[in-house]
Amino acid sequence: MAHSYTPGLKVLHETKVRKDRILPLKGEVIVEAGASVTPDDIVARTHLPGNVQMLNVGNILNIDPTDVEAVMQKPVGSEFTKGEMLAETKGIFGLFKSKVMAPINCTLESISSITGQVVLRDAPIPVEIDAYIRGVVAEVVLEEGVIIDTEAVFIQGIFGIGGESRGELVVVTDSREDELTVDMIKPEHAGKVLVGGSFISLAAYKKALSMKVAGVVVGGFNYFDLEEILGYTLGVAITGSEDLVTSLVLTEGYGKIRMGSRTFDLLKQHHGKFTSINGATQIRAGVIRPEIVIPLNPEDIKGDVHAIQINEGIQAGSLVRVIRAPYFGRIGIVVSLPPELQKMESETMVRVAEIKIDDQVMVIPRANLEMVETD
Amino acid sequence: MAGNKLKTILATDCGSTTTKAILIELTDQGYRLKTRGEAPTTVEAPFEDVTKGVLNAIMEVEELSGLKILDGDQIIHPMKDDNTGVDVYVSTSSAGGGLQMMVAGVVKAMTGESAERAALGAGSIVMDVLASNDGRLPHQKIERIRQLRPDMILLSGGIDGGTVSHVVELAEILAAANPKPRLGQNYKLPVIYAGNKKAQDNIAETLGEITDLDIIENIRPVLEVENLGPARDKIHDLFMEHVMAQAPGYKKLMTWTDAPIMPTPGAVGSLIEMVARQENISVVGVDIGGATTDIFSVFQGQFNRTVSANLGMSYSVCNVLAEATLENVLRWVPIDIDEGELTNRIGNKMIRPTTVPQSLEELIIEQAIAREALRLSFIQHKSFAVSLKGVQSQRTISDAFDQSGSGETLVDMMELDLLVGSGGVLSHAPRREQAMRMMIDAFVPEGITQLAVDSIFMMPQLGVMANIEHADMAEDARKAAVEVFEKDCLIRLGTCIAPAGKPKPGSVMLTAEFDIPGEGIKKVELKTGEIIVIPASYQPIKAKLTPAKNMTMGKDRGEALETEVYGGTVGLILDGRGRPFELSTEKSKRIENLNKWSKATNEYPDTELLGGA
Repeated sequence: MAHSYTPGLKVLHETKVRKDRILPLKGEVIVEAGASVTPDDIVARTHLPGNVQMLNVGNILNIDPTDVEAVMQKPVGSEFTKGEMLAETKGIFGLFKSKVMAPINCTLESISSITGQVVLRDAPIPVEIDAYIRGVVAEVVLEEGVIIDTEAVFIQGIFGIGGESRGELVVVTDSREDELTVDMIKPEHAGKVLVGGSFISLAAYKKALSMKVAGVVVGGFNYFDLEEILGYTLGVAITGSEDLVTSLVLTEGYGKIRMGSRTFDLLKQHHGKFTSINGATQIRAGVIRPEIVIPLNPEDIKGDVHAIQINEGIQAGSLVRVIRAPYFGRIGIVVSLPPELQKMESETMVRVAEIKIDDQVMVIPRANLEMVETD
Repeated sequence: MAGNKLKTILATDCGSTTTKAILIELTDQGYRLKTRGEAPTTVEAPFEDVTKGVLNAIMEVEELSGLKILDGDQIIHPMKDDNTGVDVYVSTSSAGGGLQMMVAGVVKAMTGESAERAALGAGSIVMDVLASNDGRLPHQKIERIRQLRPDMILLSGGIDGGTVSHVVELAEILAAANPKPRLGQNYKLPVIYAGNKKAQDNIAETLGEITDLDIIENIRPVLEVENLGPARDKIHDLFMEHVMAQAPGYKKLMTWTDAPIMPTPGAVGSLIEMVARQENISVVGVDIGGATTDIFSVFQGQFNRTVSANLGMSYSVCNVLAEATLENVLRWVPIDIDEGELTNRIGNKMIRPTTVPQSLEELIIEQAIAREALRLSFIQHKSFAVSLKGVQSQRTISDAFDQSGSGETLVDMMELDLLVGSGGVLSHAPRREQAMRMMIDAFVPEGITQLAVDSIFMMPQLGVMANIEHADMAEDARKAAVEVFEKDCLIRLGTCIAPAGKPKPGSVMLTAEFDIPGEGIKKVELKTGEIIVIPASYQPIKAKLTPAKNMTMGKDRGEALETEVYGGTVGLILDGRGRPFELSTEKSKRIENLNKWSKATNEYPDTELLGGA
C-alpha cells in the first residue's frame, strides 16, 4: 500500500512520557532512582559561575600596567566585599594616594600586566531544576540531573509561548468551536490551566494574565496580536523563555480554528486533573513543540498503549488535517495516494493525496497534510 | 584510471533537513550530471548519524543510475575494475546549524569587518562582532560571549607592529568569559588569532591555557591590505577537526571523503568566485532558503558573502514580514486581501514550514514575500561588500570632484554581468518567468544582466569538487565542476535589458535592434513603464541599444551601445520601468501595472481570476 511520511502532532490518551531534567552545568542530583516526585520537587541543583566585571586599575590609578599587581591589596583568588579597597598607590611620601574600591562582592580572578585590567567575578548564581511532572525517577544522570517517567495523556500543540507551567485542568467552553471569551475567565481560575475551543482574543488572554491563570490551551490566536504580548514582532518560531504568568498553547495555528475533536474530547475527559504544560516551541532542525502532559492515576491506566511507529506515514484510511489554505484546518480521511505528480491551481507540480472531507473527495498536496496521530 | 581521467564523481551535501547526492560522469560531451538522489538528513535523534542519510541518498542514486556504488555501508572508491564504485567522493555540510562563529577586532569598521569577511567567506554564520569600540562595556561583552556559545572564535586586531594593548584587552575579555563550545563539553573552544604579530606571545599567554589557540598571519597586516586567505583556510581546518568531529556520524563521514568536508556556503562561494575569475565577469549569486538567505558577489575581482540569518521563506518568513513591513509585501500583490487574515496565513507558514502553495493566490503571496526577502538581503549585502575602510588613498586633481572614498560599496548594478538564483522559491517556481521577475524586481539590475537559476541546487557539491587538492585529481575535478555548472546546473533564463535614469512618462526610453540567428532583425521601441519580452534561446545575439537622451545603458546618456546579449528559457526582458524603480503609491494604478507586467511576461496563468484589473 502506498504511504508517505508526513509530520504529525501527537494526541495520545495514554503513553509513557519521559522527561530529561538536566542542569546547564554539572552539579548535585538531589533525588534517587525510583523516587516518586511531584512537579514542584527540586531534583537537582548547581551554581553557575558569577558574572564578570573588568576594571582597568592601571588607567584608574594612572600607573603602568606592569605595576598593577604590586598595588593590589590581596592576591588573585581573594574575596572582596563591595566598597572594600581593591588597590592603592603608594603616593608621594605617603601622600596623594589613589585608590580603587571593589564595585561588587567578588573574587579577584586575574590581573593583566599588559593592559592593567583586573577581572572580578560575582558570587555564583544558584540554579535549581524541578520535576515539572508527577512521576518516578527512572534514571539518575550522575551530577547532571534525572530522567522522569510517567504514564500520562500527551498532547502536542503546534505553537506556544511561555515556558513550563502547571495547574488543575479546567475546560471552560462547551464545544471545540466556541471561543474562550473574556467573561469566561474568573478569579477562581488563578493557577489553573484553562481549555477553550477555537480561539482566544488578545483581550481575553490579557485577562487570563491579570487573573494569574497558569495556562491557556486553545485552537488559535491572532499572529498580529503576539506583538503586544511579547513586546516585539515574532520573526522566527523560537519561544519558551518569555516571562509570562500564563503559558499559551495553540493546538491548531493562527486565526480562529476549531480545536481538533480528539484533542478537545480528551482534554474534556480529564477536566479537573492536575496538568503540566509547556509553551516552548522551536521550529528549526530539532523541532520542539509545545505540550500538555496529564499524568494518570494508577487506577486510570488501562495499559492499552499502542506503540507508535515513527515514520509510519500516511496511507489510505489515515486521519489527516489540512494545514494550508484553501482548506486550512479541515480534517479528512485519506482515500488514495496517487504516485504521479499532479499540477495544482498554482501550477506547482506536487505529490498529492485524495482526501475525503465531509463526503467530498479533494486533491491536496501531501506536503500540506498533517497526520493526526491518535492512539 | 585510464588516461588519468576521473570518470565518475559522487558528491553529497548534508543540509539541515535533506541530504542531496549527485553523480557526475565523463561522457562524449564532457562531464555531465548523470543523476541525483535525496533523503532526509539523519543528524538528529532518533538516528544521530549523518552517514545514514548519506547512504540513503546514495542508494537512490544507485537505483536511478543502475551503478553499484555501495558495498554494504561503504562507498566503493576508487572505482573497481568491474566498473563498480566511483572515482572520487566528496561532501559539504550545513547540518546541525552549520558553522557558527564569533569574531572580534579592535576597530569594528576595520579589523572587525575584515574578520567578519573572513568568517563569512569561509561559510560561517557570524553570531556577533566584538570590537573595542562597539559601545558595549566589558561585562556586557562577556555576557554575550557566554550566552552565544559559538563553535569557534576569530580574534583579530591591530596592524603588524601597532599597539598591543587593545587586542590583548579583547583576549582578556575572551578569557574572562571562558566560553564553552556549542557542541560537546569535553573539548576546548577553538580560537584563531589573526592580529598584530607583535601581540602573539601575549595572546598565547592569555588564551593558550583555556582555549585551543591557533596563531596565524595577520588578517590586516597593514591598513591597505586585507589578507583573508590564511584565516579562511584555518577556519575550514578547524571546522573539520572540531565542529564536524563533534556532530553525530561525521567522524565516519570524514574518513569516506577524498577531500575535506566544506561548510555548504563556503563551497558555493568558492564556485562563484571561480566562475567570476575564469570568465572575468561580475557575478551575484543568491540562495534563498527556509531560514536564511545567502548572497555572494564578485565585483572588481573582490569576493564577498553575506548571510541574512533571519530572512527566509518558511522558518523565518514572519521575520521578512516584520522587517519589510506588510505594506511592502502587499505592494507586489495584485489582489485585495484582508490584512489580518494574511498575517495569520504567513504565521501558519512559519509554524508549518514544509507546506506548498496550492492555490494561485498563495503562490502570488509567497512570491511577493520572496521579493522582499531578496531585496532586504541585497541591501545588507551592498552595505557589507565595500572597499576597505580606513585606507588613505592618494588623490590627484582629477579626483577632486569624485566623492568616492574608502568604505564605498563595490556592488555596481550597471557593472553586474550575471545574476544566479537558487533556493526553492526560485528554482522550483512553476514558471521560469516567475523566477526571472522575482530576481529583477528584487535586485533591480541596470544595463545588461544575464539571469540564471540553479536547477536543483547543486552548487555546493560542485564547489567542493572545485576545491579538491589532490594533485592527481584536482585538475579533472575542477574541470568537471565548471562543465557541469555550465551545462546542467545553470538554467539560463535570459537577459534583462534595463536603461537607467528617470524616463519621461509615455516617451520611448530605448530603441533596440536584435539580430536573432535564424529569425532576422527584430526592432523594438520600449516605452516608459513597459516590460517587453522577446523570446530567444541561449545563444549570442547581436544587439544595438539606443537609450533616450536622459537614459543610459552604462555609457554616456543617450549614447548607443552595440554588444552581444544572450537569450534563455524566458528570453530577453526589456524593462522600461526606469532606475531607480518605484511602484505607484496609488493602489488602482499599482494593481493595473502589476497585472500589465504580469501579462507581458506571462508570469501567472490568469490573474483576472483573482479579481485583478
